[in-house]
Amino acid sequence: MTSGSVAKPLPHDAARLHVTGQARYVDDLPMPRDTLHIAFGLSTIACGDITAMDLDAVRAAPGVVAVLTADDLPFANDVSPSIHDEELLSSGPLRYLGQPIFAVVANSHLAARKAARLGQITYRQDTPILTVDDALAADSRFEDGPRIYEKGNAAAAIAAAPRVVAGQLELGGQEHFYLEGQAALALPQEGGDMVVHSSTQHPTEIQHKVADALGVPMHAVRVEIRRMGGGFGGKESQGNALAVICAVAARATGRPCKMRYDRDDDMIITGKRHDFRITYRAGFDENGQILGVDFTHYARCGWAQDLSLPVADRAMLHSDNAYLIPSMRIESHRLKTNTQSATAFRGFGGPQGMVGIERVMDHVAHDLGLDPAELRRRNYYRAPDQLDLPEAAPNTTPYGMQVTDFELHGLTEQLLNSADYAARRQAVADWNAQNTVLKKGIAFSPVKFGISFTLTHLNQAGALVHVYQDGSVHLNHGGTEMGQGLFQKIAQVAADRFGVGVDAIKITATDTGKVPNTSATAASSGSDLNGMAVKIACDTIRDRIAAHLAETHQAPLDAIRFVGGRVEVGSQSYSFAEAAQIAYQARISLSATGYYKTPKLEWDRIKGRGRPFFYFAYGAAVTEVVVDTRTGENRILRADLLHDAGASLNPALDIGQVEGAYVQGAGWLTTEELVWDDNGHLRTHAPSTYKIPACSDRPDLFNVALWDAQNREDTIYRSKAVGEPPFMLGISAYLALSDAVAACGSAYPALDAPATAEQVWTAIRRVQDGL
Amino acid sequence: MKIRFLLNGETVEQDVAPTATLLDWLRETRGLTGTKEGCNEGDCGACTVMVRQGGVARSMNACILFLPQLDGASVTTVEGVAGDDGTLHPVQQAMVDLHGSQCGFCTPGFIMSMATAHLNGARDFDDQLAGNLCRCTGYAPIIRAAEAAADQPVPDTLRRDPPAPLGDAMMPETADALAALYAAQPDATLVAGATDVGLWVTKGLRDLDPVIFLGRCADLQTVTQTDAGLRIGAMVDMTRLRSLMQGRHPSYAEMIRRYASQQVRNAATLGGNIANGSPIGDNPPALIALGAMLHLRRGDTRRDLPIEDFFVDYGKQDRAPGEFVEAVTIPDQPDHLRCYKLSKRFDQDISAVCGAFCVTVTDGVVTAARIAFGGMAGIPKRAKAVETALIGQPWNIDTIATAQTAFDADFAPLSDMRASASYRLETARAMLARYFDDLAGNAQSVLEVQP
Repeated sequence: MTSGSVAKPLPHDAARLHVTGQARYVDDLPMPRDTLHIAFGLSTIACGDITAMDLDAVRAAPGVVAVLTADDLPFANDVSPSIHDEELLSSGPLRYLGQPIFAVVANSHLAARKAARLGQITYRQDTPILTVDDALAADSRFEDGPRIYEKGNAAAAIAAAPRVVAGQLELGGQEHFYLEGQAALALPQEGGDMVVHSSTQHPTEIQHKVADALGVPMHAVRVEIRRMGGGFGGKESQGNALAVICAVAARATGRPCKMRYDRDDDMIITGKRHDFRITYRAGFDENGQILGVDFTHYARCGWAQDLSLPVADRAMLHSDNAYLIPSMRIESHRLKTNTQSATAFRGFGGPQGMVGIERVMDHVAHDLGLDPAELRRRNYYRAPDQLDLPEAAPNTTPYGMQVTDFELHGLTEQLLNSADYAARRQAVADWNAQNTVLKKGIAFSPVKFGISFTLTHLNQAGALVHVYQDGSVHLNHGGTEMGQGLFQKIAQVAADRFGVGVDAIKITATDTGKVPNTSATAASSGSDLNGMAVKIACDTIRDRIAAHLAETHQAPLDAIRFVGGRVEVGSQSYSFAEAAQIAYQARISLSATGYYKTPKLEWDRIKGRGRPFFYFAYGAAVTEVVVDTRTGENRILRADLLHDAGASLNPALDIGQVEGAYVQGAGWLTTEELVWDDNGHLRTHAPSTYKIPACSDRPDLFNVALWDAQNREDTIYRSKAVGEPPFMLGISAYLALSDAVAACGSAYPALDAPATAEQVWTAIRRVQDGL
Repeated sequence: MKIRFLLNGETVEQDVAPTATLLDWLRETRGLTGTKEGCNEGDCGACTVMVRQGGVARSMNACILFLPQLDGASVTTVEGVAGDDGTLHPVQQAMVDLHGSQCGFCTPGFIMSMATAHLNGARDFDDQLAGNLCRCTGYAPIIRAAEAAADQPVPDTLRRDPPAPLGDAMMPETADALAALYAAQPDATLVAGATDVGLWVTKGLRDLDPVIFLGRCADLQTVTQTDAGLRIGAMVDMTRLRSLMQGRHPSYAEMIRRYASQQVRNAATLGGNIANGSPIGDNPPALIALGAMLHLRRGDTRRDLPIEDFFVDYGKQDRAPGEFVEAVTIPDQPDHLRCYKLSKRFDQDISAVCGAFCVTVTDGVVTAARIAFGGMAGIPKRAKAVETALIGQPWNIDTIATAQTAFDADFAPLSDMRASASYRLETARAMLARYFDDLAGNAQSVLEVQP
C-alpha cells in the first residue's frame, strides 16, 4: 500500500480552471485567423435514396467557401468504428432521418448552419423500419441470427418449477447529453500532415479514420484531446464524422477547419443508448429460489452496426446480475432500424441486461409476497469464503466464469442496516394503508458489473513519462479525461511512485504522437489500464535512478527510498530534483514508456464461454419514492448508496462518480424519454423536450458511501473501476416506482421504462383495473 | 445599433447587430470562451452570466440575450467573478473544495448562477439552479458548495454600477414612444425578454428586421393598484410576477416557481408570454381563471378585452398590426385559485397540461367557476362545459364526478412528445378532484412529501 498521494480525496486537477472558465475545450482553442467552419446538410427522410441534389443555393449563400458531397471525398467515405457501413456523406442511400448528405464549409459557424438548410434534395422514399416489431417483421438485423448463451437447460428448469412468472418489458434508450457537444478542429500541416483536436474518448480511432479519409498512413495524423465536456460513451465513435470532415475540408481548402454540432443537430445525428424489449419466463420455488430464467433481448441498434454487437453481448453478460441461477438462456436479437445508430453509453448494454433480471426478481417477489431484498439475497452468488464447500454447485455465471470476488453479502447487510431498510419498508406500508392519493414505494437493488473490454485485445494501455532535470514530471498516457477525474487519479499514482507531491506532476493532453495504438477510454477501464501503464513507466525511471544511486553510494538497492519529495540513500538524502540532476549528469535516461495488458482474460463471444472480465465491481442501493396516483407524478425522496471502488485511488472523485451515475441512471429510467414520430423524426432533440434530471430531481436525502475493501485481483493499488457500475444503482429508483404502483392494486405493475409520470399513471390504471 | 455596457468592470461601447447574441459576441469577438454554449436555446444554463441593471442583479442565459438588451447594463462573466488579485469568489472556492465540477463544462454557468444567488442573498438553491443542467455530478456537491459559500461576504467588484445607456430610436423609453414607433413600423418584431424570439434567431436562423426593444420602457414595468384590480405592466418579468403573486395567489406563485428557470424568469415577461399566443404558455390559464383583463394599445388607441378572448385560434390572436400588450389587470378577489402544472420534469419543463381553477362556493353551492387549461387545445382555453356542470350545484364529490365527464365536451387534446391525448384528458379530469381536495385543505402533492 501507499503512504503517499494515492487514496487522498484531492480535488479534480482542473477544478480551479473549471470554476474560473479557463479550462479549454475544443471549441475554446484559439483558432488560426483563417479558420473555416463546417455544418452538415441532413436527410429529412428516414429511408430511401437521393434522386437529385440541387446545392446551388447552398453554394451561393453568404460566407460559403466550399460544399462537399460524397463525390468530393477522395479516399474512404466511412466513419464506422466497426464494419465500414457508415458513410460520412451519403452516396445515395439514406438510412435515417438526420443522416449527413453534404457538408458546408463557410467563414463562420452561423453562415455554415444557415447555408446547410438551403439544400434541395429530391428523394425516393421507402417505408422506414422504425420499431422492434417493424424490424422483426422484415427480419432486419445485424448478424445472421440471434446470439444465444445458455447455462443448463432453462426450458426444462422452468417447466419443472413449482411457480412461473412471465412478462415483457419495454426499456427506452437514452441521449448522452454531454454538456459539450461534439466538436473537432483540423489544422493542416506541411507535407499533407494533419493535426486534429477532437472531443473524443478514442483518439486512436480518430487518427485511423482521418488517415483513411486522407489516404495517408496513420503517422501523418496526430490527434490531441486535453479534455471533454462529458462523454459517457457518446464520444467513443460519434465524433468520427466531425473529425474526418474537418480533415477532409482542411485538405481541400488548405485552411484550418472546425466543426461543432448545434445541440439539435447533435441529438438528431448521433447515436444514443440502445432501447430494448426484453421478454422473460422464470421458474422458481415457494422459497423464492430461482431455478431457471429464459430471456429474449430485442435491441434496437439503428441503421449502422457501430458498437452494437459488443453492447448487446454485454447486456447478455449482465442478465444474471448478482444471482446464481442454475439454468439460464439468453437469446439476443440485434435489430437494424432506420433510426440513429445506437452506440456506447455508460454501462454499454449492461444496464439493459441488468434491468431485465431485476424486473424478474421484482415480479417473483410480488408473486410470492416476499420482501424483494430478501428474495435477492437468497439468490446471490456465494461469497469467496463459501466456494470450497463440498456440496456447493459451481459459482459460475451463465457464460461459465467463476465468481470468486463476490462482495454483496456483506455489502448488502451493511447497506440495509445503514438505510434502515426494514423499518422504512414497514413505514411505507403504513403510509400506503393510510393514503389513497399519494403512494410510496421503496426498493433495494444490487449491482455486479464485469470489468474489462469484452473484445480482449482492447485491454492494453501505454504511458510515457519524462522526468526533467529539475525533478518535474511530465505525465502522458492513452486515457482521455471527460470529467471522471482520470488524470487526477493517475497523477496521484505517478506522484506516489516518485514519492513527490502531485504538484510536481504535469498532466498533459492525450496525444497519439506520444502514446500510440490506444484503446478508447471506455468500459470503466481508464484508471485500471492507464494507471498500471503509468506505474510501470514511473517505476522504470525510478529503478534507474535507484540503481545509479545504489552503485555510487555502495548501498543495497532496497536502501533507496523515494518519499516526501526526497530520495534517501541510507543516511544520505537528496531532493527529488537533486536526484534527477545527478542521474541526468550520469547519463541515465529519465524518460520511459510503460505498457500494461490485463491478465487472465479468455473469451469466446460466439460460444458465450470463458472469462471476459478480470473482476467484478459491486454496489447496492435503496431508493424511496412517492407517487401521485392521479397523475403519475413522482419523485425520489431518499437514496442510500454503498459502492465498491476497491481501495479507492481518490475517494472524493469516486464518491462523485457514484452520486452522478446514480442520478444519470435514475434519469434514464424516469424522465428521459426519446420519442420518434411515425416518419422516424426524433421529436425530443433538445433539452426543451428531452428532460435529464435537474437539480431538484436528486434525492432529498442522498447518502453515499464507499464499501471498504480491496480488489481481490491485482489492480492498480487494489482499486476498482468506477465509471459505469454505479450507473445501475439507479435501477432501484425504477423498482421503487414499481413498488409504489403495486400498492395501488393487486396485479403486478409491469412498469415500462422510462417510468415517466404518464407511464406510471398507465401502470397504476392497469393495476387498479386488476382489482 | 450602438450600445454601452460594463463587461467585467470595463466599459464597452460597441456597434452591434440587433440580433447578435451576447454569447456569440463574448466567445467569437471578445475571445472570452469561459461562457459555454450547451444548447443555444436557454435550457441548459451553461452560458449563464450575471447582468446588473436598474440596481438588480440577475442571472441570464447569454445564448438568447441580444446585445441591445444590455445597453446600460453591467455584465459579469465567469472570467470576471474572481477578485482582481486572483482570489476566487466564495462560490468558486467552495466548488473546488467540495468537488462540484467534474467535466467542468457546465461549471461556469453554475458559478454565475451561484454568484448571483449569493449576491442577492438567495438560499433557495434548488430553484436558483433549476436552469443549470449538469450531467456529471448529480448536483449534490454543487448544492453543498452553494450552502458552504452562502455566509461568505460578497466581493465588492460585483457591485459595480453600470454606465449610462447610449439609447437608440429602436429602444423606446416610454409606452407612448413605443406606440408611435410600432404604429409606424407594424412589421417590426417586438423583443421583450427574448426568451422566445431568441430561439427564432438561434434555432430558426431568422433574420429579424426591424426590431424594437422594449426593455427600456419604464412605464411598461409599473405595477399599480386600481379600482379594477392589480394592473401589471407587460414588461414585468416573471421573477417579479412571482413575488407579486406570493401574497395574493400563492398557488400561481408556486406555479411560476416551476415556470422555466431562474434565468428565463429573469428575462421573460408577462406581456411576452401572452402576446406570443402559445397554447402551452403557463400564464394564460391562470389569468383566465382569475378573470384578467388585457390592455392593448395601438398608437393612441387603447382597448380592453377579457384575456381568453385574445386567443382566437392556434397561432392567431386578436391583435392588430402595430398593436401591443400594454398591461394586464387581475381583479381583486378572494383567493380560490389553484394552478396545476403537469410536466415530465418538475422544473424547467414546458407543461403537458397546465390547469387553473377558480371556483367560488357560497353556502355549499357553486356560485361561480372559471377553469382554464393550457396544453389541451390549440389555445389556452376555458373549460366552459365543466364550469356549467359545476355552477349552481352543491360543492361535493358527486358534483365533481359529474363535472369530470364534461371535459370531453371542452377538450380534444393532441398526442405529442410531452404526453398522449388520453393522458392529458384524464389528468385534466383528475385535477378537478385534486382541486376539490385542495379547497378542503387536503393539499396532496408529491412535492410536499418529506423523506
